[in-house]
Amino acid sequence: MAMIKFRRERCKGCGMCVSACPKNLLVVGSKINRAGYPMARIDDMKSCTGCALCAEMCPDVVITVFK
Amino acid sequence: MKQTFKRPKALVDIPFHFCPGCHHGIIHRLVAECIDFYGLREKTIGVASVGCSVFLYDYFNADVVEAPHGRAAAVATGVKRASPDNFVFTYQGDGDLAAIGTAEIIHAANRGERITVIFVNNTVFGMTGGQMAPTTMSGQETTTTPFGRDLETNGFPIKMSELLTELPGSTFVARAAVNNPKNLMKAKKLLKRAFEVQTNGEGFSFVEFLSACPTNWKMTPKQATERVQEEMIPYFPLGVFKGGQE
Repeated sequence: MAMIKFRRERCKGCGMCVSACPKNLLVVGSKINRAGYPMARIDDMKSCTGCALCAEMCPDVVITVFK
Repeated sequence: MKQTFKRPKALVDIPFHFCPGCHHGIIHRLVAECIDFYGLREKTIGVASVGCSVFLYDYFNADVVEAPHGRAAAVATGVKRASPDNFVFTYQGDGDLAAIGTAEIIHAANRGERITVIFVNNTVFGMTGGQMAPTTMSGQETTTTPFGRDLETNGFPIKMSELLTELPGSTFVARAAVNNPKNLMKAKKLLKRAFEVQTNGEGFSFVEFLSACPTNWKMTPKQATERVQEEMIPYFPLGVFKGGQE
């Protein structure tokens, strides 16, 4: 069981995490944060293996991983 | 549940000013992780360059000196000679290191100064608005080459890693990319080796990172990441050029 957390206010919606996820679990949504950027999110947390590749690829250190 | 990935302690908890999809953020984090890994936070003195990488002093939880444009390697030489026990690194972009600072980097490498140089190559002057840099690829459109870089009038994109490999003073020279997780993991290893070269007192270490600049390339972050793979890596091959793993 793994869990990833987003610091939504830091997300710039670049989508680097989306292309890094080997299981394609991440999406950049249409909701925007205070800075005006769309935010990345995960819908299916149960399928997440906690590989942390999304966090590694995130240029803004938005994602933290728990395992 | 244990936290397996968190923000490195060497990185101050403030948002980066970088554009969405810029690889500077990843490279900043990798450097901070290495500082944490070797427990160098109290001993580190960074030297910032001019360009998008100028705000190093805001982002790193370490002492940072701001050097005049291109002179980071020369400033780092002075810092390292004055306090040889400190870990000294410079963080420079291609407009800084490969254009105005060419003389400084070549001579610092040739003298075998015990510093670590992190060179971020995104083939363009980022902060000043996307002008042609010496590393700009053939045919690449920039604000000063609106019809693409013409090799006849502008010369060839400069390969800094290959250039410094030839110098007898350099100890470790490598080129890495962070455009996908696989290259990023390799980049981490190269960066660690570069840190070890200085902490072991072996000599001058240099790591070139290929980076994307979606804003000035006028691309989406995804297209920019693909361009690194398809256009840059064939011309700027990755790997260790000198002084691999012991």
